[in-house]
Amino acid sequence: MARLIRTEKEVEGRYTEQWIVVEEDTLKQWPEGPLETVGRPAQRLDGLQRARGEARYTADIQLPAMLHAAVLRSPHAHARVKGLDLEPARNVPGVRAVLGPLTEEIGYHGQAVAAVAAETLEEARAAAAQIRVEWDVLEPRLDPDEAVVLTELIGRRTEERGDVERGFAEADVIVEAEYRTQTVLHNSMETHQAVCEWEAGDRLTVYISTQYIWGVREDVADHYGLPPDHVRVVCRFMGGGFGSKNGPGDYTFIAADLARETGRPVKCALTRRAENLDSGNRNATIQRLRAGARSDGTLTALEGEFVNATGWDGWLSSTGGPMEMLYGCENVSIAEYGAKLTTGPMKAFRAPGFVEGTFGLECLIDELAAKLGLDPLEFRRRNHSDHDAVDGRPFSSKNLLECYRRAQPHWDRREEVRARSEGPWQRGVGMASQIWYGGGGPPSYAWVRIGADARAVVITAMQDIGTGTATAMAQIAAEELGLPVESLDVSLGDSARGPYATISAGSSTVPSLGPAVRAAAADAARQILEIAAQRFEVEQRLLSLRGGRIVSSDGGSWSLDEVTGLLESAQILGKGSRGPNPTGMRVLTFGVQVAQVAVDVETGEVRVERIAAIHDVGRVINPLGASSQVEGGIIQGLGHTLSEQRLLDPNTGTVLTQTLDSYRMPTIADLPEIVTELIDVPDEHLTNLGSKGLGEPPIVPTSAAIANAIRDATGADVRSLPITREEMLRALREARERRSERVGAPAG
Amino acid sequence: MLELSVNGQRHALDAPADTSLAEALRDELGLTGTKIACNEGHCGACTVQLDGIPVLSCLTLVHTVREREVTTIEGLRDHPLIEAFVRADATQCGFCTPGQIVSAAALVAANPSPSSEEIRHGMAGNICRCGTYPKIEEAIASWRD
Repeated sequence: MARLIRTEKEVEGRYTEQWIVVEEDTLKQWPEGPLETVGRPAQRLDGLQRARGEARYTADIQLPAMLHAAVLRSPHAHARVKGLDLEPARNVPGVRAVLGPLTEEIGYHGQAVAAVAAETLEEARAAAAQIRVEWDVLEPRLDPDEAVVLTELIGRRTEERGDVERGFAEADVIVEAEYRTQTVLHNSMETHQAVCEWEAGDRLTVYISTQYIWGVREDVADHYGLPPDHVRVVCRFMGGGFGSKNGPGDYTFIAADLARETGRPVKCALTRRAENLDSGNRNATIQRLRAGARSDGTLTALEGEFVNATGWDGWLSSTGGPMEMLYGCENVSIAEYGAKLTTGPMKAFRAPGFVEGTFGLECLIDELAAKLGLDPLEFRRRNHSDHDAVDGRPFSSKNLLECYRRAQPHWDRREEVRARSEGPWQRGVGMASQIWYGGGGPPSYAWVRIGADARAVVITAMQDIGTGTATAMAQIAAEELGLPVESLDVSLGDSARGPYATISAGSSTVPSLGPAVRAAAADAARQILEIAAQRFEVEQRLLSLRGGRIVSSDGGSWSLDEVTGLLESAQILGKGSRGPNPTGMRVLTFGVQVAQVAVDVETGEVRVERIAAIHDVGRVINPLGASSQVEGGIIQGLGHTLSEQRLLDPNTGTVLTQTLDSYRMPTIADLPEIVTELIDVPDEHLTNLGSKGLGEPPIVPTSAAIANAIRDATGADVRSLPITREEMLRALREARERRSERVGAPAG
Repeated sequence: MLELSVNGQRHALDAPADTSLAEALRDELGLTGTKIACNEGHCGACTVQLDGIPVLSCLTLVHTVREREVTTIEGLRDHPLIEAFVRADATQCGFCTPGQIVSAAALVAANPSPSSEEIRHGMAGNICRCGTYPKIEEAIASWRD
């Protein structure tokens, strides 16, 4: 029965209270461990299309009579458009429409000012370059601390529990440090882009590289005042998003406006350089942290001020979240500020806030453990919390202690690793814990259609951002239907061809959509068994689906197509929806990573040699795809830690790093050995699957684990990302000075 | 009028002097397996082979190709590397994958049993933002299995 509930919905750590219609989830979870298909490695359903270059991305879409858009972007970080002369652009051959000004006040370098649609991209670019803008250039605001003082804020949040002053008074040891993280860019391989086509004046089709076709549909329908069903959003394949493609973006509205004006389809695609200016970022942070503990290792107080360099727009990601949630500390106080600056707006980026906050917190914890002379792993065990530290709620499941147990052999390598230091190359091992969301939630819907040939199609208007969504969904349906996964197809990526499904963000794909797919397959299976019971005159309760057959517990067995074949061209249609999350429980993911590094103490070069990742995300659907997610997260984390950084001109606020040679992402040559271990125990309270999400957790602890390994190797406290040679040498110098002070200090 | 030999087929096309090979392949010949991700030679997504040598088609002017044979991902669809990439899960979003495979095909043609070092050296010009590198290395190391 459909039930209306008022519930907390969480995406990327942001909670909203809303009404949701859910169907009760009546299926019992499958037993733990690998099943016939679920829990076993599966190749990507669409792997061949991707590998053979047949997958059609938005970038490949070429509609008849399609025009191309070029966008004129602001060369200034902060300015007012005093005057705009579009006429020179209109006179360029091939130009069919010009738009502008798109805004009056420019808030960051690269913000769109005007746009042109022309027959070719070259003509559109030539025309955009002819547009004359009269600027009133304003002072940029680039200092996040200054913005906080001026209360130029995009969000602020304070949380306090217990009594922090008392907690510090009870501490035997207190550490205090300032950590900084840099602005990093998603730089998906396919840039942000959309193709828009109007029909009949009031129907719009949007082909777009997106993580959320339903979100785009809603925003576009809202913007143009259209019934949502008049907006069709299509995203069959998309070339990466990482949080930056959760909404339509102005390129979609530029394409749609130009398409409406010209009566022709228009493509608006960001260039790589525009992608580095105007597609979102993981905002920089400043974290001023303090922690106190008793000599037995009990944390008595945690305090943090977190300043996010949010930018011209965006939202306040929870950099203080890990400090609030990771440890069972009674006295915690956090204050988060989102600084409004004249820089590109932040967007969600793979565990926004928690990646940054875990770097600060988990480095601080290691500095504290070092001061107490305690083993960092043991310190973390002693402060483990078996219930939610924020509000005392029980966890739906938590296997962090098991993660720690499985981390022990990797951790125990450190003596041997340190002993392999030679010459300037010092080696060490460090660790960091991970806490993050990833429980997903309702609503999400799926249909499972079975034809006469006993093949099944999972139909859902989900998108696959490259995580292997289609494959995991096929595995879940195949398991429920007793079919080999080869008998399954998955239809997704089109809002006009299937029911609503979740955003591909917040590690929510498998936990949100997976249970709906299983429910749809179970509904189809029930119908097959009902028909079979009548056809073969057997009691339905004796029947089940196994190995592509209908099997009776009293011995009979029929191939599935003996029943489905009766349908001829008709089909069985099963429907399924995602049930509610367990009430009164906190659903989170956990893990730990152990990094091994080598540091050249003469040049400051850091090499990450090995990372062991142990994560608890409930039941694993596809261990092969899951290991790829873990590796991908760690490799992005590696870039975040060592090489990636958006650099600004400190005087003008313009972006200096606009290309992929100046913005340095990891290559295959930077690859450490990566060992992935997943606990793979279903969360008994969470849905009919017991699965949580895995997209984000692996990037959360990587930078802190590496920084802590650097401390283990060299004694140096790196406190700023990226750990460039400059930062590494600074930390080494500081450590040397500290040691010589200690040696020089009088005894006593 | 320009003649171009792509994957064993001759094409005649009319292209302005500043047309890149990537644009000609994608826009004129409809061979969209070749991807453009940066369009300035930094990422490797547009890699094709000219007489078996990997080149960045976004930086190659189509008029400079002349008699050299162009091999794109469409010409490598039966290459054992395709299966190897799928088997190893060496593709996530897949946007860089064609370029990776074109580079890898040139690598294994010159060196059928590349070491890990050689794979990393040969493939370092192909960026994958999803971080499929461990699986790419595995796919290339096991391409003949």
